[in-house]
Amino acid sequence: MADIFPQLQEQVLQAREDGRKLNIIGGGTKAFMGRPVDPNTDILNLAEHTGVVEYHPVELVLTVRAGTPLREIEATLAEQGQALHFEPPRLGENATIGGTLACNLSGPARPWAGSIRDQVLGIRLLNGKGEHLRFGGQVMKNVAGYDVSRLQAGAMGTLGVITEISLKVMPQPAATLTLVQDMAPGEVIQYMNSRAAEPKPITGACWVDGKVYLRLSGARSAVEATAEKWSGKILEQGEQFWQQIRDLQHGFFTATNVPLWRFSISATAPQPKLEGEWLIDWAGAQRWYRGEGQMMEMEALAAAAGGQVSLFRGGDRSGEVMHRQPEALKTIQQRIKNAFDPDHLFNPGRLYSWL
Amino acid sequence: MASKARISKLQLAEQFRAFIDPRFVITDEETLKPYECDGMATYCEMPMLVVLPDTVAQVQQVMRICNQYGIPVVARGAGTGLSAGAMPHRDGIVLSLARFSRILDIDPLARTARLQPGVRNLAISEEAAKYGLYYGPDPSSQIACSIGGNVAENAGGVHCLKYGLTVHNIISVEMVTAEGELVTIGSDGLDSCGMDLLALLTGSEGLLGVVTEVKVKLLPVPEVARVVMAGFDSIQKAADAVGGIIANGIIPAGLEMMDSHAIVAADDFIGGGYPREAKALLLCEVDGTEEEVDEHIAQTEALFHELGATSVRTSRTEEERALLWKGRKSAFPAVGKISPDYYCMDGTIPRRHLAHVLTEIEKLSGQFGLRVANVFHAGDGNLHPLILFDANAPGELERTEAFGASILRLCVEAGGCITGEHGVGVEKIRQMVVQFTDEELRQFHDVKTAFDPVGILNPGKNVPALKFCQEYRALAPTQHTQTDAPHG
Repeated sequence: MADIFPQLQEQVLQAREDGRKLNIIGGGTKAFMGRPVDPNTDILNLAEHTGVVEYHPVELVLTVRAGTPLREIEATLAEQGQALHFEPPRLGENATIGGTLACNLSGPARPWAGSIRDQVLGIRLLNGKGEHLRFGGQVMKNVAGYDVSRLQAGAMGTLGVITEISLKVMPQPAATLTLVQDMAPGEVIQYMNSRAAEPKPITGACWVDGKVYLRLSGARSAVEATAEKWSGKILEQGEQFWQQIRDLQHGFFTATNVPLWRFSISATAPQPKLEGEWLIDWAGAQRWYRGEGQMMEMEALAAAAGGQVSLFRGGDRSGEVMHRQPEALKTIQQRIKNAFDPDHLFNPGRLYSWL
Repeated sequence: MASKARISKLQLAEQFRAFIDPRFVITDEETLKPYECDGMATYCEMPMLVVLPDTVAQVQQVMRICNQYGIPVVARGAGTGLSAGAMPHRDGIVLSLARFSRILDIDPLARTARLQPGVRNLAISEEAAKYGLYYGPDPSSQIACSIGGNVAENAGGVHCLKYGLTVHNIISVEMVTAEGELVTIGSDGLDSCGMDLLALLTGSEGLLGVVTEVKVKLLPVPEVARVVMAGFDSIQKAADAVGGIIANGIIPAGLEMMDSHAIVAADDFIGGGYPREAKALLLCEVDGTEEEVDEHIAQTEALFHELGATSVRTSRTEEERALLWKGRKSAFPAVGKISPDYYCMDGTIPRRHLAHVLTEIEKLSGQFGLRVANVFHAGDGNLHPLILFDANAPGELERTEAFGASILRLCVEAGGCITGEHGVGVEKIRQMVVQFTDEELRQFHDVKTAFDPVGILNPGKNVPALKFCQEYRALAPTQHTQTDAPHG
């Protein structure tokens, strides 16, 4: 646990003076995401910038340095019977909270519990001018100024170095159960969404290998009463199943030699017509596809399903790997980039070739 | 903000009338008058003119013209805002979205609604109720306020702790930029590639774009909701009870607190039923399945007794639930009845400092010689002190504003913020320097410029011009610097 902010700021100011670029890294577990790192960058390492700054369980608020590993945060919260309800994927032992926010990664509970973006209350950011800025705060409601904290979610470090994050945390559910049953891919979208439209304590809806898995969490009485009412049998290793989905350790994800595509689309969109292996999560709103493909074709399929696609892992990463932006939004994002990082120090070309 | 080219009011009106029904291009004083303020009526300004387009193409054309001539544009929904965010600009136009009032589509399976920005907040839930669904955020103005304004202010309500703010409940917006481009921000998926512009736009108070369509998430209506009302003989005990509920792993759908002044005013207004002798009152609503609610209500009642509640009453029917809420829901009009005017503050604090902050407010009340009643979204720390005053008494409005500014400073010093849900607008613009450094404010201005290079969208609101900041800081009681920024 250390506060290495002075070194971080010094390195940013130095890089600016020397006209160098910086590749921001934490635990290094998400290096495979985004576009390849520019070989002409120096490493700005946050792995040592760790520790809980403040934690008030009764306030449901946690403030940590950005390099703090998820496992440390989760252990601290568990001592108080609390958890990160957005279930950040632990893509490795050293995955950090800063990287999770920069990549906007959330687990299976996301449609019900919200994403990391939803739970961020405030950040401190070191911008491209070396200024240390504070946005948002440690309270649930704060509408003073623009929401620069949530703007970072998915920006992949292109706007600055997130040094500190305040998050809303929640109590661990008293009980959790998983129901599983066989289901054909043609029926599953309708089924998951109908279940999600019921006022029941659902916190997971996933389909893989011909089976649909529904998770119930909350008060024990409510979870058990719902499980009795709904079809499917109780999965004894439910916790293990969701852990594997969450951390991308399920067999579907471990075949790393094939490109992995992530479709973030309308939960009710019909399954895109693409032969190959699919895993459906988030009650249909997140669909993983394993297979070869061209970005342009994938974009067309995603757009037809009301959403977007990214080449999450593997494949040809020399072009764009994120869904293309319309011209007007591209211009706005370039201008925002200039507003935070006028010399383009941070993560050049990592999110889009033009950022 | 400098005008690029001069154009007279009449010439501008003529340009608009070429593509907007002339009846909806308002230039005469009498018809303009209702637009001079929003819900924050102490701040008034007459606009140059008002336009009420009814197609997105017209909105785009209005923006192109205004951008060309550097004419300020103040977008306006229902005009219920409480920070003068929709106060007109003297040299600009008001762009009213009132005619965009249709619910375009409800998708019960996807649990979404596609709305024009002028749709009233409550109308969404009323329509969605046909499918067993509702829209989460419920600001107290929900009968009148519009979804476009909710997006502009990131509106909250009493159910935020469990169901979130506007930012958590919208999926995408269609927006016209300052330059007249139509863009969709967000998608039908739960996230989109790139920077999270949807979050940035939400709560941006009309400074980044004009929202012309909103897609929101709908939630299944809970099977049952019940409320426990408890009286306490001290604020501290009530505050401890709030902490106790959350420590027990219960996230209430609503958790409201009122102090003795608010309790008495509300009780008088609704004609009895509230514990008048209590120093603090808690309303704790729990919703969910029948089983879950029974379990949590029993725990909540036991906890309140254990933590020294002087009275505990739980709703058994929907009618009783409505009755228990009635006093809280009428707190503002109730206070309006015991004072000619009141000024509602909106600071947010970490809950653990509640007793301290309320004690300090009480002291300030004595110093300023003005009464104050407190209602509090206790679950999420959003405080609404209502300062009672008489605008006709010389100097009292100024004293009220000074009192309000002191309360907001107190909130920031306790680790909170100057506004939880009402926005900065014009009203709290001086207090922005209490919460933010010049570097942070400059960063905000640079974000604004990225969307609006000419600076025509709602200029003078939300973020103070840096040239005024020094003056505001000089006027403030203590200096705020980066190093002493609040930690709480």
